[in-house]
Amino acid sequence: MEAAMGLMRRIHPKHTETALSALLSLMPEQSSDLLSQVDQPLQVLCDEESGKEFILCEYNRDADSYRSPWTNKYQPPLEDGLYPSSELRNLEIEANDVFAVYCDQYYEGGSSSVYMWEDDNEGFVACFLIKKDGSRSGHGRRGYLHEGQWDAIHVIEVGPEDEGFARYCLTSTVMLSLTTNNDSSGTFSLSGSIRRQMSMQLSIAEGHLCNMGRMIEELEGKLRNSLDQVYFGKTREMVCTLRPPAELAAMRLPDS
Amino acid sequence: MADDEEVSSETEQLNDKQKLEIAKWFLLNSPAGEIQYVFKDLRTILKDDNVHNLAALEAFPQYNKSHMICLELPDRSSDVIITSFSEVAENEYLDPRTAQVAIVDHIKQACTEARPASDEELPSSYIEEFRCALDADIMKYVSEAYPKGVCAVYCVKGKDVEEPGSDFEFVVVISASRLSPQNFCNGSWRSIWNIEFNDEDQMVEIKGKLQVGAHYFEEGNVQLDANHECRDSTLLQNPEDSALAITNIIRQQETEYLASLEASYLKLPDTTFKDLRRKLPVTRTLFPWHSTMQFSLTRDIAKELTIRK
Repeated sequence: MEAAMGLMRRIHPKHTETALSALLSLMPEQSSDLLSQVDQPLQVLCDEESGKEFILCEYNRDADSYRSPWTNKYQPPLEDGLYPSSELRNLEIEANDVFAVYCDQYYEGGSSSVYMWEDDNEGFVACFLIKKDGSRSGHGRRGYLHEGQWDAIHVIEVGPEDEGFARYCLTSTVMLSLTTNNDSSGTFSLSGSIRRQMSMQLSIAEGHLCNMGRMIEELEGKLRNSLDQVYFGKTREMVCTLRPPAELAAMRLPDS
Repeated sequence: MADDEEVSSETEQLNDKQKLEIAKWFLLNSPAGEIQYVFKDLRTILKDDNVHNLAALEAFPQYNKSHMICLELPDRSSDVIITSFSEVAENEYLDPRTAQVAIVDHIKQACTEARPASDEELPSSYIEEFRCALDADIMKYVSEAYPKGVCAVYCVKGKDVEEPGSDFEFVVVISASRLSPQNFCNGSWRSIWNIEFNDEDQMVEIKGKLQVGAHYFEEGNVQLDANHECRDSTLLQNPEDSALAITNIIRQQETEYLASLEASYLKLPDTTFKDLRRKLPVTRTLFPWHSTMQFSLTRDIAKELTIRK
């Protein structure tokens, strides 16, 4: 498994799906570990009844069907699929509505889906997903991107309520790729994925959704920042090390 | 690859040929300077030394050539760049500057032996005059522009031309890589310039392919890929003046390209990246989670209103 994760850390993010299916075929006995540890680009399906897109993941899958958060129905239909309790389903409905607005405000387009399910220790787990196509042909408002994908996966474990408090453990992953393409500068493409965690003990006075939402917003913002400043910055630094811009090269000359 | 997955889930095991293809795929897709790490991890996963070695035998030469890796000759007199342009025989690569042929162990990525190049492997003295002049100017440029760059000029067509009246073609290769695995960062810059000397119209046609890659993988995996192609031309002159003109064009094109890379990075925060996700919501304040009930209500009302319209 360690070697497999080592490979995934090196292989180009645009090849994630190919690499994962290759690993699955080489080590079928580890398939559940691989599927849970390697994040794949998100897929969407259209809910035929509501006409809205929903996002697919391991958490809304049962057999070969996926449950839509909009109608709570499995697609294709499934006889005895798993469903959240009606109480949790109500929270799920509300979360989907609110998260759609969150998605609009931060992403100016894109799709979102929220899934919830009970876990074994009297709490529950929620998964918030966002998929945005920021390309010119997709939802790119500014039209700079030839190709642009952003997938965010937030899985949050909520512990049982204890004297008005609950423990929240959030794991967030962002996968993105962006490519600009023009005649004078050729293709320029950055892609990658990072994952971070965050845990908090919070009062549930304002409700779970409020707490989960704030944590997601904070961590998602941090991930975006570190991609922008740290990760992209490091690749830029590398380019400047390989071939320093003229002014740096000029400064170097007297020494050499 | 999708087929491979089906095979494994439906029947028992992959056959050796499929395993070999997968192993080769991983090796060939290793980022700059990382094939040895990928090779090591694959060994653990494959649990089959036979397939592992076979994959390496096929993939390493291809990888070394496409990444244009640079190896030191055993006597340290010079470096040889592994490219398809310098390949004279299997595992043998020409260093035109010292007129030596390096014998290379692809998997170890080392040069084991060197021998003087034979006359057939070298261009005529007429061509060598052009090649040598260009090599000198390019070398000067590369030493100024790339802290760790290497370069070579190969004659790929018309190397036996003895006098004016025929066409010939050179390839200028510039390769710079920086491997810093302890800082989780590797990168490479590769330029390939095709230089066609056309006798009929007395012109030199120049076509460049530039490729820049960087990989940063501390607690993540982020990669830059940048590619650019360009072309230009100049008059065919004597060896020295041609060399100078060609080198000036290459210098200018590469400098412009670097500037356009910088511009792409500068545009990221406020334009390009914003099309994926904004730093702040359109409202420019954090999302009002505390009043979301009201939020979803107003949204419903707004929706109903638009439907009624």
